[in-house]
Amino acid sequence: MNAPERPGSFGEQEPELPNPLPRPEGEFEALKKAWKAPRGISFITAVNNTYVGLWYVGTAFLFFILAGILALIMRAQLAAPEGDLVSHDLYNQLFTMHGTVMMFLFAVPAVEAASVYLLPNMQAARDLPFPRLSAYAFWAYFVGGLVFFGTIFFGLSPNGGWFMYPPLTGTKYSPAENADWWLLGIGFIEISAIAGAIEIIVGVMKTRAVGMSLDKLPVYSWAMLVFAVMIVIGFPAIILGTLLLEMERAFDWPFFIAERGGDPLLWQHLFWFFGHPEVYIIFLPATGMVSMIVPTMAQTSLVGYRLIVLALIATGFLSFGLWVHHMFATGLPKMSLSFFSAASTAVAVPSGIQVFAWIATIASGRMKLTTPSLFIIGFLFIFTLGGLTGVMVAMAPFDWQAHDSYFVVAHLHYVLIGGMVFPLFAAFYYWAPVASKHALSERLGRWVFGLMFLGMNVTFLPMHITGLIGMPRRVYTYPVEMGWDALNLVSTIGAFMIAAGVAVFLFDLARNFRFTLEDNAGNVWNASTLEWLPNGTYNTRSIPSVVSRDPLWDQSNLSKDVEDGRYYLPGTATGGREALVTSPFDARPQYILQVPGPGWQPVLAAVFTAAFFLLLTVKFVFTSVICGVLAVGCVIWWLWETDPGPVRPPADIGGGIVVPVYVTGPMNHSWWAMIVLMVVSGMVFTCLIFSYLFLWLVNPGAWPPQGVRIPDWIWPSLSALLYCASAVLIAVASRQLRGADRRNPRSVPILIGVALLLVSGAAAVDLWTQWGTNLSPSAHAYGAAVYAIVSLQIFFVLTTFIMGIYTIARWLAGRLDSVRRTTFDNTMLFWYYTVGQGLTALLVVHGFPRLTGGI
Amino acid sequence: MQSALDPAGGDASRIYWLTMTMTVGGILIFLSVTSLLLYAIFAPPERRAWLGSRRTIIYGGLAFPIITLSALLPYGLIVMRDSDVPKAGALPIEVIGEQYWWRVRYPADGDRVAFSTANEIIVPVGRPIAVSVTAADVIHSFWIPNFGGKIDMIPGRINRLNFTAERPGIYRGVCAEFCGDQHARMAFDVIALEPAAFETWRTEQAKPAQDPEVPLLARGRELFRAGGCGSCHAVRGTEANGQFGPDLTHVGSRRTIGAGQFPNNIGTLAGWIANTQHIKPGVRMPSYGSLTGEDLRALAGYLESLR
Repeated sequence: MNAPERPGSFGEQEPELPNPLPRPEGEFEALKKAWKAPRGISFITAVNNTYVGLWYVGTAFLFFILAGILALIMRAQLAAPEGDLVSHDLYNQLFTMHGTVMMFLFAVPAVEAASVYLLPNMQAARDLPFPRLSAYAFWAYFVGGLVFFGTIFFGLSPNGGWFMYPPLTGTKYSPAENADWWLLGIGFIEISAIAGAIEIIVGVMKTRAVGMSLDKLPVYSWAMLVFAVMIVIGFPAIILGTLLLEMERAFDWPFFIAERGGDPLLWQHLFWFFGHPEVYIIFLPATGMVSMIVPTMAQTSLVGYRLIVLALIATGFLSFGLWVHHMFATGLPKMSLSFFSAASTAVAVPSGIQVFAWIATIASGRMKLTTPSLFIIGFLFIFTLGGLTGVMVAMAPFDWQAHDSYFVVAHLHYVLIGGMVFPLFAAFYYWAPVASKHALSERLGRWVFGLMFLGMNVTFLPMHITGLIGMPRRVYTYPVEMGWDALNLVSTIGAFMIAAGVAVFLFDLARNFRFTLEDNAGNVWNASTLEWLPNGTYNTRSIPSVVSRDPLWDQSNLSKDVEDGRYYLPGTATGGREALVTSPFDARPQYILQVPGPGWQPVLAAVFTAAFFLLLTVKFVFTSVICGVLAVGCVIWWLWETDPGPVRPPADIGGGIVVPVYVTGPMNHSWWAMIVLMVVSGMVFTCLIFSYLFLWLVNPGAWPPQGVRIPDWIWPSLSALLYCASAVLIAVASRQLRGADRRNPRSVPILIGVALLLVSGAAAVDLWTQWGTNLSPSAHAYGAAVYAIVSLQIFFVLTTFIMGIYTIARWLAGRLDSVRRTTFDNTMLFWYYTVGQGLTALLVVHGFPRLTGGI
Repeated sequence: MQSALDPAGGDASRIYWLTMTMTVGGILIFLSVTSLLLYAIFAPPERRAWLGSRRTIIYGGLAFPIITLSALLPYGLIVMRDSDVPKAGALPIEVIGEQYWWRVRYPADGDRVAFSTANEIIVPVGRPIAVSVTAADVIHSFWIPNFGGKIDMIPGRINRLNFTAERPGIYRGVCAEFCGDQHARMAFDVIALEPAAFETWRTEQAKPAQDPEVPLLARGRELFRAGGCGSCHAVRGTEANGQFGPDLTHVGSRRTIGAGQFPNNIGTLAGWIANTQHIKPGVRMPSYGSLTGEDLRALAGYLESLR
């Protein structure tokens, strides 16, 4: 390996390796055996990140092609004015599905999928911390996504636009089930995305190579961390939005119906609070990829690492402050338009930092013009242009003209194809040698790039003009003599050029991509990061310790030493699958995480989850509920095998480092995951409270509306008391379960049982109180909002209830004691959250109307 | 005919110059960035070395955008401040978006009485116009590119848009927010007239419809009555007083029919009545395909005579 000359290279002065040679007989075999993938039909029960990651990427790419075909049909329809290739109804379904599938079934899953494959490799982790969760996320997405897409063949696809604005998507104007497919179908694909995000956060923070402190973390990991945090913050808004709209459609609760105190704009706020960050959710992982590929192609370290990381964080932060720029034409006051206009231009700065950091990196090295490089250069061209038109539409007055015209179609495709698809193709060509016997063809790659780059510009450059000369978006046809004919024809030709490029790519894939692990093509680009270490299903034979950001360049012989097992944990300590958990900041080894292996549970749970939502869409309520129960059952079955406890004494992983094989409390990986889940839940609840307050604002003087009686304060007080008492009992149970000797006191199940009664009682009292005042959820938005809050709380109490029963069952089965108590800890955290949310809900529902003058 | 690049009002030209400034600036920045990129790739290593440092990022990625955007933002905000300002003495017009047409109301103004029309907005040149918009069913968006930006029409909310036509002419507006099946076929005409011509038009529009004198047209009127057209459409001065569809009192005077779809003449009117659901599937009005050719001619002739 000829490492490029670089200042600050560590070269010869390396620390002594943790494990001596030769390695004991059978150590490697045991490792391989533990990570062996299941054979035959059981192959689909594999949960290892390499398999799941590959399937995941493949499925996402399939949706890219499918949604692309929808776009080609649309372009064919628009090639000439008054085209009649497809009917207006099919066209409306096509553009709705194109946007929805590209966003929810291609873009977000694709970047998540790529990270399922790449992240553990890049951080030299054996697997993601929750492999079964990623398998679950994948299968739910796979089954649900395909069924959702299949609706297009039956004319059942949603046809209200990917933004689904009510009232058009309410029952009155969309009585058919098309809209429900969107709401329920997308609803649970979002859940799959959140599952992935939790996995990624814990994976980046807790499973890294030894010594890979935060300042040595690959930029890609940083990007994925920001990405996952953004999903955790942003997706709850759309989950709540779809929940409210579906409740309006199913039960006639008027959240968005103006005649009954609702407001269509509430949806737009919820949608875009998610929808704008969504763009950066897609874009940031792609920039992370670019920051990995550019240094390799230029054979030099990334210039401005810290600035780039700062830019990623700043983008994530700013992206939540500019959703209103999608609503510039809704008639909001100029004051707030100015604020959001400024925020929208500000987000150009962190993007500028990244672009110039890549230019600086290229300038300081020697850029080889490989296919990945070409896609990166193409990305920089296209994305820069898209960014500049982005600044244009950030100016509210210009946006009043450009909004919902073809100018915006051009802008968003420049940003998304430039900012996400091109980096993804660069990534395909760049990382194929990690997963395949051969690299992809450089010669064909040039054709793919050329066709896609030209096609992209031929399609979308003219659209800027088409929009400014008046062509609105989402029209299934347009009249002659508008002056739009020639431009549209050119766009259509360009679209087919892109398609030709993708077809050449598929040909290349079919000819050259052969999945393999042990005998992959290897480090063909002379890259510097750990995913290029020799690997198998167990990832790396031993877990390296790194001293720089470019370990393969700076630590000579690293590949060989890792492969020989000279680094940490070269075998398996417990005989099963393991990952090494490291501390979040400086990546010191903390404990050995016993990783679950293959199983049918995640597959079945995913299939039943998908069936629950999809059957609910077609109103097979009974079958749907059965599937829901089965899904929960499968999850419990899957969890039952987890939380193994300390199966052996702490193990020596090499270099004199002895770590336990089981820990509990804040160091534990599932504690972290639970905290993230609480943030997700908290965001859903916050969005609901926001909706409540928003509806209050549009109903001045009618909150509560005339004739609505607010319940006496004694009832909410009783409810609050019950919530608090249940939390106290759980705290007492936690104290009982303390100590180094493995006690399992009898009081624990009793305390949990009583606390369950109390917490259920609290929710029941509140529901009964509201019911007692004859408050109707469908008469006015006030009642709808109150019942929405009460319902969400009941959902959380029900979940707590299941978790409580499960915890008691663990105790009865002898799987819970004062040492092996992760299950209890998870239940406890969730319990405290539920109580906190319940108290806040009581305060808002009963306190707020008293403040605003209700009686 | 329908273009943001051919401004015919103050707001549209302010936005036009903002567009031009940003386009030229954007092209210059785009060319600079891409040449810098190509320079970084292809220039000899010793000549491009200066580019390869943190300084490039600080100047190019941080300082440059901050300075440029700080200059652009106030310009944009000033354009926003000056655009769409309500002016004294403006002519009020109410427009209501419905699936898939435009209800247009001219409220009483001094001694001039109120009246309704559809899919056509006539404005006097030089006088500020104050349009207030809302929607009867779903969200629509009101956009006349030659006069300025768009404004959403949202059920339960009233939004306002102000503009002034600076030169006479025929312009076109469209619905810019996806509103269902026939969103693509929801347009309207905007005709800017000299003030005197506008006053004449207004006076004519406020009058009730005239009774037909020709027997064929009288027959058309009878068909209109017997066919129940009046339960959805109003023809002021007759018993037809439906409020569901467009007011047809002076439908013959309009330039187009079907919300900007066809030139208005007896042939297209007849075609529209007989084939509504074929021409614009999904609109509220059913096709009256069972009318005989002669009846259709009489009915269309009557409507065309309502000038």
